Formats: sequence, structure tokens, C-alpha cells
Amino acid sequence: MGLQLLLEHINKPEIETIDGYIKHGGYRTLDKVLGKMSPDEVTEEVKTAGLRGRGGAGFPTGLKWTFLDKSTDKPRYLLCNADESEPGTFKDRLIMQKIPHLLIEGMILSSYALGCRTSYIYIRGEYMFILRILEKAIKEAYAKGFLGENIKGSGYSLDLYVHPGAGAYICGEETALIESLEGKRGNPRIKPPFPAVSGLWGCPTIVNNVESICTVVPIVNMSGAEYAKIGIGRSTGTKLISASGNINKPGVYEIELGLPVEEFIYSDEYCGGIKGGLELKACVPGGSSVPILPKHLLLKESNGNPRLMTYESLSEGGFETGSMLGSGGFIVYDEKQCIVKNTWTFARFYHHESCGQCSPCREGTIWLDKVLYNIEHGLGKESDIDLLWDIQHGIEGNTICPLGDAAAWPVAAAIRHFRHEFEYHVRYPHRVKDEDHVYQPEMNYRTA
Amino acid sequence: MKVTIDDISIEVPPGTTILEAARMIGENVPPTMCYYSKLEGSGGKCRSCLVQVTKGSEKDPRPMPKLVASCRTTVMDGMEVRNTTSPDVISARKSVTEFLLINHPIDCPICDQAGECDLQDLSYEHGLSKSRYDFKKRVFEKIDIGDYIQMHMTRCIMCYRCVMVADQLTPERVHGVLNRGEAAEISTYIKKAIDNEFSGNMIDVCPVGALTDKTFRFKSRVWFTKPVYAHRDCKTCSGKVTLWYQGAEVLRVTGRKDRWHEVEEFICNDCRFHKKDTADWVIESAAPVSRHSVISQNHNVYEVPVVRKKLQENNKPE
Repeated sequence: MGLQLLLEHINKPEIETIDGYIKHGGYRTLDKVLGKMSPDEVTEEVKTAGLRGRGGAGFPTGLKWTFLDKSTDKPRYLLCNADESEPGTFKDRLIMQKIPHLLIEGMILSSYALGCRTSYIYIRGEYMFILRILEKAIKEAYAKGFLGENIKGSGYSLDLYVHPGAGAYICGEETALIESLEGKRGNPRIKPPFPAVSGLWGCPTIVNNVESICTVVPIVNMSGAEYAKIGIGRSTGTKLISASGNINKPGVYEIELGLPVEEFIYSDEYCGGIKGGLELKACVPGGSSVPILPKHLLLKESNGNPRLMTYESLSEGGFETGSMLGSGGFIVYDEKQCIVKNTWTFARFYHHESCGQCSPCREGTIWLDKVLYNIEHGLGKESDIDLLWDIQHGIEGNTICPLGDAAAWPVAAAIRHFRHEFEYHVRYPHRVKDEDHVYQPEMNYRTA
Repeated sequence: MKVTIDDISIEVPPGTTILEAARMIGENVPPTMCYYSKLEGSGGKCRSCLVQVTKGSEKDPRPMPKLVASCRTTVMDGMEVRNTTSPDVISARKSVTEFLLINHPIDCPICDQAGECDLQDLSYEHGLSKSRYDFKKRVFEKIDIGDYIQMHMTRCIMCYRCVMVADQLTPERVHGVLNRGEAAEISTYIKKAIDNEFSGNMIDVCPVGALTDKTFRFKSRVWFTKPVYAHRDCKTCSGKVTLWYQGAEVLRVTGRKDRWHEVEEFICNDCRFHKKDTADWVIESAAPVSRHSVISQNHNVYEVPVVRKKLQENNKPE
């Protein structure tokens, strides 16, 4: 195993209790930070570390923190986005379930840096059991005096609450999360104003992913400059990757950014190769909303260099030849998987999760779903493929929030790289009506 | 602040949106399906008013990466905007129109809104002649929301205007949006619940035929009626309305609408639904109608722009 910053103690006994966590070096950052470092110094450390948001967009966390409007007397809020609902992503769940105190420690440090008196963890409704784990952990932290009034005699006070969502993917979008937390319908807000200026109850608010907040702990422990040495270029540090699909060892892995994709898939230390000795066909490297990549583009960049697990390398060449690191939901497909069926599954998800506020997303996602259903079930027409392209083009970039893009990109990428499979589906409807059908390239359908 | 829209420059006060600036210019105004200048927080939802910002401002001349909703984007000094001169905008507007129409029943022949419907105008300008959507359209269970307002949820485009009217004009909102995504619908949850003296304004703000007047239902087509400005001394509202005559009979009473199909002042239910007699009103003048509207046939129209007059004169057959 490579360097482990977040998951180092994950399998230690009783790590979920506060005593077990302290035994393994937990909460020592509080002594280092509270009352000793100024909030701006903490922000500066995070900036130096080059930490980029782990929730998907990869926006530098330290820079985001400096956008917080500190000119008003209004209270400021830090919200932890634990509404992890992206298909293929399950990294935050592992942290919260196994080492909840790591998140709480990160929340205290981040709230201190931002000057928040109250902070919230917004957790998805399906993680109700984790909510209980977190509440228990928060209770323990209050009992030890790590939360509440005057933490460790430093004069800094913080209240931390966990709030469950009702199970909507859209509430993972930061402004929808804020609306939901305010008790309203979880519709994304129209930006600007950005949450850093006017967020929760109109006050300056920062929303960060669970992993980003947890990463603040090792950054403070080892100093930002030290952290920045890990990784390559602007992709610093370690990242949790949720590997799933047709691989021998699915699970959550902590990798140093800069690991070659090929090594990640085939090395025994990580995914352990494709299950059953089959060929790798394609991969979605960052959760369902990022473009799918075929094998030849996944392992090599368009210029022939090996593709690495970094923000830059994975998005090399834009969407023509690249994808995104996203939230790190690494879904691997072997040669027996049908890309059309997979695309339809994703489209069905986005159809179900659209909030219905703006028209391209509300109407477009359902249309994508229906057309893909037809193609998948042998009811499609040749013109449907171009229609799909037009629909996704009409959604992309024209919606209020990124859910529209998330619905459009997988469809666009599937058509871009696997158009032959779509054509196979519409030309041989009787073959694809079989549930377990697989696209077979040797049947040269163009001349058959 | 100087803003340039489609190569036409105008000075506007700070805080003006791109759409408002375009309306000040008065030509090539982006269409609006959900924005309503009288309702706070409206707009940004239908995406039909998307425009391209090719120059952010004098200070920061970078173009904006995506198309922006002109109704919710405030202008910056030196901003340059492309509306109808940008192929991206036209293509996006086409897509939005297509999306709005795929689940719309397009039952204009039996819809009371036909003739004054924003969606009709939008699809006339940007729609395809044939639908590419060959699936069953969405249907909803009919609900009865009271004695005055007829609701057709199938025609709704989810502009949220009626929700904002209820929020901002009435003391208590009893209807809203239920469910999510495709299943989202305007509903009262409790039938016949909408009952207060300003609820009728929901009809005026509705851009399509989702909310129509029950007292006018199936009486006539709007282009057979003549709009006339009138007023009365009303205790609850300003009493300034438009009466819609057919012959000597008042078929319908609505608020006075301006060029952008927005009412000038909201009126109360008493004026709207109960005062349908000429004797109740003081007649002012014939109401101006856009010359592009079907209602304009043989009626009083807004002033014809000078450019057009010249064109008409030049093109006269000899």
C-alpha cells in the first residue's frame, strides 16, 4: 500500500470511539491550532497544500475559503456535504462509518479557519445508520470538550449538528443543499449570488465535501508545504477512489495522485485486474456523471503518454479524448458489458433525480431515458442516435445547476466512443431483445 | 453603465438585468416564459432567455463560459451581449422550445389561452414544424382548485409564477409544487383550497393555458373579443382593468397588460369575476394591442416603428 493519510488507522480496533481515535493520534491538531494559529494561517496552510475539492469539481479548497465574505457581521456557516449519491461513489461513507471522529476533527479545524460558530453536516437520508454513528461521535466529542463552548480553553466555541436529507441526489448540489437545510424544497438556486456571499439563511456559507474536510487534518498535522509534495503538479495529496465493476478487488482505495491508471486497475495492491481474466473494455473514472473512456484512451493519453490518476491527466484533451477525476467513483467494465444498457441505466438515474425546476433538465432527462430504453430493447431507429446527440447538446450548459451536464456527458461520451454499439442495437433489434446480449464486433454488421 | 446588446449600445442604471436592458432597447428582446418583472425572485427557470456574453465587462473582458439567463444576470459596465446574432443562442433556444413542447398537449384549438399564449409565440419563432418526440405525453390527474380558476396541469411549463403570486400577493400560500422532476406538478394538495381575493392574478401571470378563467371558459376565442380599458372605484385594488367585449357583452375582465404581456397592476377577484356589466365600469379607451398579435385584427395597435413604416412605403406596389 502507498501512503495512507486518511485511511491509515481505519482497521484499528475501536477507532470509531473517541478514546480509540485519540490513542492513534486523533485530535492532536486541536492543541496545535486552537489559540496558537490564527484562522487565516490555517486557511493559508490549506492553500499551500494545494488541496482541491474532493466532491467532484476539483476547485481549490483554500481558494474557496478566501471567497467567504468576512465584511459582514452576519454569522458564517460551514456545511459538510455528506450527501454522497453519485452512482459509483462510496468513499465518504467509509470514513463516516469507520472513523467518524476524523470528520469531526476536520470540521472543528475548518470551522475555526472560517470563523464559524455553528456548522452542519448534511447527510443523505439513505445513510440513516451513519447519522446515528456521527451523532454518537459528536456526543463523545462534546463530553470531552472538543465541541461546545470554549474548546480546550482557547476561547473558540463551535456547535456541530448532523442533518439528514430526504434522499434526493440534487441536494448534493451546494445551493440545493442549503435550500434543503433551510427546510425548503431542494431546488438549486440561481447563481450568483454564490453561497460564499449569501448562502444559508442569507449568510456567508462554505460547502465542502466530507473528504476535503477530513484532509484538512493531515494537512495541519504535516504542514501544507509537506502535503503539497505528494502528488504531481496541481494534483496534490492523496485521494480516495471507490473502485467498482468487473474487477477482482472492488473497494475504497487511498491512492497518491499521479498513480498510473493501468497500475491502479491491474496491480494486486489495488483493483487486482479484471474479474475472470476478461479484457478491459471501458471505464468511468469519476462517478456516473463523467464521460466514459474506452480502453485505448483510458490507459494512454492521446499523445501516447500513460494516463495518470490526476485531475489534469484524466481530463487531458477535453471530452474528445479525456474524462474527469470527478468524485473518484471508478467503475470498470469488462468486454461482456453492454455500453448502451449502461448508458440507459445512468440516464434512468438522472431522469429520476432531476428536480424539475428548469426545462432542459426536466424534459431532456426523461427524453434521453425513453430513447435509450427503446434502443436498448430493440425498438430504436437509426435516427434515434442523432436525436440523442441533439438532446444531450440541448441540455448541456443550459441548465441552472450541473445536474443537466451530468446527465448529458455520459450519453455524449457513449455515443462519441461507442457509436458502433448503438448502431448495432438499432440494426439488429432481434439480437438485442435477448436480456444477456453482448455486442460482438466479429459479426461485421456493416456488410452483413 | 454601458451595455451593448447585438451591437446596439444603451446606458442603464446599475443593477439592471440584461433582459431589462434589452427591453429598454425594445428590439430583439429575449423571450421570457418564467420571468415576470413584478414578481420578486422570478425567472431563471425556463431557460428560453439565454444569451451569450462575449465580453464580461470593461474591467474583466473575458467572455462568460456558458450561456446565461438574461433575466437573472445583471449588467456590468462595458458588457457585450449577443442575443439573436449568436448561433449558439438560437440553437439553445430551439432546444428549450422543443423541450417545453414535448410534453405540452398542443391542444390550442380547445385552449382558452390560444391567441395570447407565450408558448405559442415562442414555438412560432423557434419551434420545429414536426415533433421528434414519439412517446406518450405526460398526463396528470385533474384536480379542482376552486370555483373561479380552471387548472390544466398538462399544459403547465413549471414557470413557478403562480406560486410566487400566491407567495407575494396573498397572505397565505395554499398551493405549490409537489413531487420532483418529470412528476413535478402544481397542486393544492387539498382540493378547492385556493380561495382568497387576489387568487385570480394567477390566471394573468400564467404564460400558457394551465390556469384559465372559469367564468370565461369556452365562451369565445380571444381574437373575437375587443379589449377596452376601464376602471371603477374598488376598495381592494386599483380597479384599473381591461374589459374584453364581444358585441355589447363583457366576456372577461383581466389586468392591463403591457408590451411584455405583464400586468401593470394586479386586480382583485371581485373586479375580475363578478363585475361583468358595462354599468359597473367607466370606459376609458380601446386597449393597445401588439400588431403581431391575432387580437390586433381591426383593433387599436401599438405604434408602428419608424423603420417599418419606411419599409412599407418603399415596398408599395407601383
